[in-house]
Amino acid sequence: MSDASIYRDKFPQKNPDGTNQIDLENGKFIKIWQGPNHPGITGNMSLELVIQGDEVMECKTHVGYLHRGFEKLMERRRFIQCFPICVRIAVPEPDFNEYCLSATFEELAGIEIPEAAQWMRTLLLEMARLQSFLMWIGGQAGSFGMGVIGQWSNYARDLVLDRFEEITGGRIYHMHMTPGGVRGLAPEGFEKRMEENLVEIEMIMKDIQTTMFENAVFKKRSIGLGYIDPSWVYDYGITGPNARAAGIPKDVRKDYSYLKYTELDFEVITGKDSDAYTRADLRRREIHSSIDLIRQILAKMPKSGEYMAKVPNVLHWKIPKGETYVRSECTRGEFGYYTVTDGSGYPRRINVRGPSYTHAVALMEKLAVDCNIADTAGLMVSLHTYPPEIER
Amino acid sequence: MSLKDVLKPFTAWKNLILEPVSIKKPLERQGAPRYRGFHQNDLEKCIGCGTCEEICQNAAIDMVPVDGVETKPGDSGLRPQIDYGRCCWCALCVDICTTNSLTMSNQFQWIDSDPEVFRFTPGADPKYWDNSELGYRKPELYELYNTERVKVEELHPEERDRSFIEMVKGFSKEQAMRESDRCVECGLCIATCPAHMGIPSYIKAVRNDNIEEGLRVLYETNPLPEICGRVCTHKCETVCAMQYKGDPLSIRWLKRYIADQVNSRDYQKILGTENLQKNKKKVAIIGAGPAGLSAAYYLSLMGYQVKIFEALEKAGGMTRYGIPEYRLPYDQIDKDVKYIESLGVEFQFNTKIGTDIPLEKLRKDFDAVYAATGLHLGRSTRIKGSDHEKCYQAVDLLREYTLGQEIDVQEKIVVIGGGNVAMDIGRTLARLQNQKFGKVQLIITSLESEDIMPADREEIVESREEKIRIEPGWGPKDIKIKDQTIQGLNVIKCLSVFDDEGRFNPVFDTDQKNFFEADMVVEAIGQGMDIEYMKGVVLTERHKVKVDKNFQSSEPWLFVGGDIVSGPDAISAIGNGHQAAKGIDQYLNQ
Repeated sequence: MSDASIYRDKFPQKNPDGTNQIDLENGKFIKIWQGPNHPGITGNMSLELVIQGDEVMECKTHVGYLHRGFEKLMERRRFIQCFPICVRIAVPEPDFNEYCLSATFEELAGIEIPEAAQWMRTLLLEMARLQSFLMWIGGQAGSFGMGVIGQWSNYARDLVLDRFEEITGGRIYHMHMTPGGVRGLAPEGFEKRMEENLVEIEMIMKDIQTTMFENAVFKKRSIGLGYIDPSWVYDYGITGPNARAAGIPKDVRKDYSYLKYTELDFEVITGKDSDAYTRADLRRREIHSSIDLIRQILAKMPKSGEYMAKVPNVLHWKIPKGETYVRSECTRGEFGYYTVTDGSGYPRRINVRGPSYTHAVALMEKLAVDCNIADTAGLMVSLHTYPPEIER
Repeated sequence: MSLKDVLKPFTAWKNLILEPVSIKKPLERQGAPRYRGFHQNDLEKCIGCGTCEEICQNAAIDMVPVDGVETKPGDSGLRPQIDYGRCCWCALCVDICTTNSLTMSNQFQWIDSDPEVFRFTPGADPKYWDNSELGYRKPELYELYNTERVKVEELHPEERDRSFIEMVKGFSKEQAMRESDRCVECGLCIATCPAHMGIPSYIKAVRNDNIEEGLRVLYETNPLPEICGRVCTHKCETVCAMQYKGDPLSIRWLKRYIADQVNSRDYQKILGTENLQKNKKKVAIIGAGPAGLSAAYYLSLMGYQVKIFEALEKAGGMTRYGIPEYRLPYDQIDKDVKYIESLGVEFQFNTKIGTDIPLEKLRKDFDAVYAATGLHLGRSTRIKGSDHEKCYQAVDLLREYTLGQEIDVQEKIVVIGGGNVAMDIGRTLARLQNQKFGKVQLIITSLESEDIMPADREEIVESREEKIRIEPGWGPKDIKIKDQTIQGLNVIKCLSVFDDEGRFNPVFDTDQKNFFEADMVVEAIGQGMDIEYMKGVVLTERHKVKVDKNFQSSEPWLFVGGDIVSGPDAISAIGNGHQAAKGIDQYLNQ
């Protein structure tokens, strides 16, 4: 052990519960705010950090900079009017919101959506996963100072967005899954263009693999960073890649299969070391898994047929009294909608369960402690969180 | 970690020799064919129903008047104005648009330093994307409401071809609720209905299964829901916004559904008319048809003492004596009449004003008089042979049949006329032929070609189902008579009925002839009025009684309404009876 580490051990002293004893008056500590507009926070939230030297001694998370009250707004909207709102809850991947919202309404109203609509929804969700991971990978690399990866991966993401635009008419807010089905099937020649894009994305991923994952700088900074103990997974409610990187094979697509995932062939990808590098690598493998799933879906999905169930006149659609919870596996873990209806023309309560809440608030506060201040942004991104989803 | 990890990232340098992937001219990039870009609106197709405004969850759409767009039946004259400061391009407005007039272009670039311009009316404010052929359109198989009408059950043609049992069975609760769900509450029907009934409100009451509320809404503007629910000419349905994507709503059957659900015993309680306060003023009404009954109802609600004088033996007017029972059963007329009677309205039947009592006497005995005596005189074609004893007037035959008099029905009959009266007498006689001879040999011939025949479409279809032959586009020339008996009707081809200005001016081709064999001819080409008893009142150029907007004639105490002023149809009569009641109230409280 070096002298420096001995010195550091003296400050701060530990509390019986393992947290650091911090006295801001003694001049040994500095309090700094990271955010609310720090790129490493991937949205508008704030980390209140107490540092000693360049090490984080305490981290408090602050949200509230982005609150738009969507859950409440939806209580004042007709059922059909909710889907243009819900997409804004997780901006980079609105489709999981669309799916969960529509599925809760359909379940409560007893509507079964046509086969083609189910396939289309599965396709859109996988495309959403792919483009969201592609954006994430740029963020992760960028937070460790590798700006060029983001430029490549965002180009790759744009290719997927082009395909989204082709199907849905929108690049970011797709609004394609409405209660009752989808707004249309893929246009002529879509499969071919998608395949071309997938091939290109695979090429880009190859470059990213060499320049990022086989890069000494990235390895040096991410290996060992932000270790999540497998025993915390259930305590903290950790889901998605963060849990899988800890070796826990949790995946809603397998555990509570929905849409057409039972008809698709894929494995739950898990990691071992549970640090930022493992998580990043796991997400890279997820990208390849998504590409494979998209190919499977395109091969299996019907090219024509009904895609919208008969819904009552949406202007005065009333859904019988009831409550339900519908979940899906988004890029960050379990994403779910808890919806309560009271027989009126408006939802009584909609509560969004997003994985960011657990990952970016409770887990981040724990992981940031004793971490280097330069790594907090990378750590935050390695948890893959979206503050807009924390504040619905 | 190894030396490899240090060197490998340098492979990124290969990008130096690759083509850049960025778009060189981003401003020229086109949106995808389905892109949800700036709005377009086809002002001609748009009817201003306002469903886009209703569905918009951002309240970005306002319906506003637009230069060059007139308010007319079936068009509110308003068009959507969109505020791009609020719009989120969700395209719900496009999906819900009843006429498919609202669409989105695939354009997405619009730069201006004035924020006000981003609130604009698509179609009315010219924009570069107005003629864009690409962009979001409502997908074909994607509907946010049911476009198909719930079919009302009817008696099968074989069950009804010799029977006068009501042929339309009406909606069940489940059917009515399903049909009422299709309404988008645009309200275009309210403006078109001659009585301005609160149609969306009573349809909403059906949807909410609140029949009592529905009945209250009906009686606000129409005291004859059982009658109107069966035989209304349903002008409302001709402007229903739902017709552009599918079928218009069955508004008439929904009205009937409400009235059918309530027992007449409960009417007073539901409508709050149990303790009506009466004043001392008295109003006489001549004619117990829809106009007279309507005026009587609203006058008695206002506290007036109302007495109705009727020339025939029962109330209902043309709805009883002109419409066959299979369309409007007499007990349903009785139900509506009985309720009006229960409010204290007095009836004096078999009394003809002008013959039995002079109008002057009514003037002396009452504070005001409302005359609505209807069109009970048949009009003749005046062709050669039309004075034969076996050539009848449709209205006379229909009245005689209702009164229980025997009709001397013949084996072969020709009916002249293309309106609903022609269908009514044709179908009545066909039933009688079936009863007497076991078969139908009846021709209905009209001047109009089938596409412009004034009769309701369903009447034409149902007549054919009942084995009636319809011969449109023939003008009657003469009735061939041999040895004092009718042999048939000679007709010539009618090329057009109206001239360019829309006036009745038939053009015939005398070379194209036809002959319809018959032993009996019935004329159903229109009706006339008998207003002899009103001598002295000022008439219009077209020989109708001149009235103001309150149906007050040149004699201040005399109000005139019903078919002799407008229509002819029941709902117009009901509407003007209601208006006349308000006019009388105004006049008596001056």
